[in-house]
Amino acid sequence: MYSNGSTMTREPVQDDGLALGLARLTPERIAATTQAFLKEETGARLQVYLDTCVHCGLCSEACHYYLSHDKDPSYSPVGKVNQTILQLVKKNGRVSPEFIGQAARVAYTECNLCRRCSMYCPFGIDIAYMVGLVRRLCFKLGVTPKYLQDTVNSHSATLNQMWVREDEWIDSLQWQEGEARDEVPGLRIPLEKEGAEIMYSVIGPEPKFRTQLIYQAAVIMHAAGADWTMPATPGWDNSDMAMYSGDYELMGRLKRAHFETAMRLKVKRIVMGECGHAFRSIHDVGNRWLGWRDRPIPVIHAVQYYHELLTSGKIRIAKKYDEAVTFHDPCNIVRGMGLGDMGREVAKALTPELVEMHPNREHNYCCCAGGGVINCGPPFRNTRVSGNKIKAEQLAATGVKTVIAPCHNCHGGLEDIIHHYKLDMKIKFLGDLIYECMEKPWE
Amino acid sequence: MLHGHETDWEVGERKIADLAAPGEGTDWLEEPHFSPDGMSVAAVAKLSDDTCTVRVNGEDWPTAFEKVWHVRFSPDGRLTALVQQDGEWTLAVDGEPWENTFEFVWNPLFSADGAHIALCVQSGARYGLAVDDTPWETLFANANNATLSPDGRRTAAAVQTEPLGQAEIEKFEAGVFSAAVDAEPWSRNFVNVWSLAFSPDSARLAAEVRTAPRECTIAVDGAPWARTYASVWEPRFSPDGKSVVAPVRQGGGWILARDGQKFWDASYVQLWHQMFSPDGKRIAAIVCPRFGRWTMAVDDRPWKETFDVVTDAAFSPDGARLAAAAARDGRWTVLVDGHAWGRSFERVWPPVFSPDGRHVAALVEEDGRRRLALDGNVLSQARGDVLGFAFSPDGAKILSTCLDGGACIRRVERLGNGRG
Ligand code: SF4
Ligand code: SF4
Repeated sequence: MYSNGSTMTREPVQDDGLALGLARLTPERIAATTQAFLKEETGARLQVYLDTCVHCGLCSEACHYYLSHDKDPSYSPVGKVNQTILQLVKKNGRVSPEFIGQAARVAYTECNLCRRCSMYCPFGIDIAYMVGLVRRLCFKLGVTPKYLQDTVNSHSATLNQMWVREDEWIDSLQWQEGEARDEVPGLRIPLEKEGAEIMYSVIGPEPKFRTQLIYQAAVIMHAAGADWTMPATPGWDNSDMAMYSGDYELMGRLKRAHFETAMRLKVKRIVMGECGHAFRSIHDVGNRWLGWRDRPIPVIHAVQYYHELLTSGKIRIAKKYDEAVTFHDPCNIVRGMGLGDMGREVAKALTPELVEMHPNREHNYCCCAGGGVINCGPPFRNTRVSGNKIKAEQLAATGVKTVIAPCHNCHGGLEDIIHHYKLDMKIKFLGDLIYECMEKPWE
Repeated sequence: MLHGHETDWEVGERKIADLAAPGEGTDWLEEPHFSPDGMSVAAVAKLSDDTCTVRVNGEDWPTAFEKVWHVRFSPDGRLTALVQQDGEWTLAVDGEPWENTFEFVWNPLFSADGAHIALCVQSGARYGLAVDDTPWETLFANANNATLSPDGRRTAAAVQTEPLGQAEIEKFEAGVFSAAVDAEPWSRNFVNVWSLAFSPDSARLAAEVRTAPRECTIAVDGAPWARTYASVWEPRFSPDGKSVVAPVRQGGGWILARDGQKFWDASYVQLWHQMFSPDGKRIAAIVCPRFGRWTMAVDDRPWKETFDVVTDAAFSPDGARLAAAAARDGRWTVLVDGHAWGRSFERVWPPVFSPDGRHVAALVEEDGRRRLALDGNVLSQARGDVLGFAFSPDGAKILSTCLDGGACIRRVERLGNGRG
């Protein structure tokens, strides 16, 4: 029985964002904000979950934090609930600032909102939903981790995640177009091409740090003969850390900008780069917060697009990648959207052998970077990396040297794990492999 | 965009240019853009010596540049493009670059009559605008949400007025952004400034502002409304310039507010793109009265028919009628006064009323081809893809431009003929 979520024993962590917010809190303000929040933004769903949970702890074995921290119950999914939202409800918000500080730490940095635990709960209780509620409350109380908040501030000021100014975005695209044109004569990254079939969208870090992905995407689009465009205005970034900080109003603003950019360009669909959380935001969460039941413009993830290009013969594979690989299932596109088999089919077409890691598909362990956790930055890096020993063991057991992960956050998380646990592995996007292995008629 | 006035309305068809073969010394021609009267067509030409220029009706501009992008006609018919020469960027108008050059330029803005052109510029990592070849006297650490006043004489942008170091969240929260009109910032800063809008007489500026991390409102000439909300959307001035309306979020829903007061009664799941009728008597908005169900509301009364998505709304010139594009189950149609056309399409472009308000036309995509539809019927003669259209001032004829293979064709036809 996990009766009270046990006492949390953690090394103190200095986070300026949490400290800033906590310094302004009073018990009265916490109570008033929490009571209003519970009344206005929660209801039957939360109550049913809290009433239904029998504290059996079956969800514990699902959580990589719990498994990686010697089965410390304070890292178990139910433990996270018990330390946070359950107390807030029971005490009707009459908690101390210290309690909020702990709750913020749990909600923002010790849960990836990966939803693995829901599959292990006999009642299917959505723990991630409840942890998300805690984040929303913390946002309302102004208690958010510094680096996550800085990312959200960037979203608000520039509509992208990385403080990329309007000209820097366009300049990056033109730079990559120029580079790629040296390799592929006639290649274009068509900007603002109204009426194109596809708007290709990426996350903020691509123009900032991972420009080779834009290069590769342009080469793939060119080879496939795609009728595509990229916007030269804000709205290009499909990412969304506001969804994870609990700033849903800003999340709505970001998703509106993204979809309205696609609608302004009159494209038929949006193809997204290899990002998981952005897919969750666009395909499921942000769109619905705005009132759309589905998507106002169809959206597909790169995995789906690559699958389409390979099965339709628009891209042909000239050679296989030179060694066996394993495939990491990103939570948001596999548990969240069922793209695991499609991802495998693409990976198998490109590689001599795909060695499964176990467990896999929707049962795969999270990279531990997702849910905005990696964006909480250096203060919480250790918990995140030590919180995923289980992932390191899972990777090592495959015996292969390349792991494919079609998600940006997973790349960040796995990179840290591979480095920390000294695994001799490299990480690839599917796009890396397609670019490397595809037929290039111009060569 | 095509315009109905000052153009040749003789019925018939003519080929303006052919882009199929780029010709000797040209590697390729990019997507074509027609002039507002449909008499010219321009495209970026990538030349074999690794330079670029603009080709208009088969003739290249006399100057070639290192790079050229964003070819657009101004509403008055002048042809503009963003060009790079010696590593510096500027705007070229009819082949003539502005005297001022910048490290980067983008997003040209045209006044309604086309007489004035503004441009977003960056020099030395400082940001602002330039209007008719005159840059702002002060540039800022960042500038975005740029806008040009209706008369084309004033420009505004959300500007960063103070330096902001890495991850300085406390400073950000205190407010480092403001709105600047002609480079002059408002007297106070906000956490965020978005969606700038000038009054019809160009004298005043409204914007969405975030006054604190969880508080938003509308500011007019720097003065925020007394009330704040969880969120707000774009403000719009009434045609007489006396009031400002904006969607505001309170109690988990969206309502329309005017000058800081509740204006519409109903609360919607979503409400945006509110617009005044040209006479200022009516207000319409795209609304979502129930989750997943979208329509238009006029003066707070939603139409009955709902769709998965509604966009591109427009009043008729006399304000009596209203049209929008809407989709259900992935098929698009045009909604007019609450009723959908009987046909649906793969895509629909913004619907446009004839000057007398009797007809509605829109570009539509059917079987992968862009066509012109009028009052629900696809006009049948068009070969190729229709790129634009305009009604004649008397509403009796329609001008359209299309691309057939590489052939750029201008066509004028009488309404009532050749309905499909
Ligand atoms: S990290 Fe995943 S498994 Fe663990 S509690 Fe959060 S949602 Fe559940
Ligand atoms: S498995 Fe379900 S019922 Fe059991 S403790 Fe976890 S959330 Fe509660």
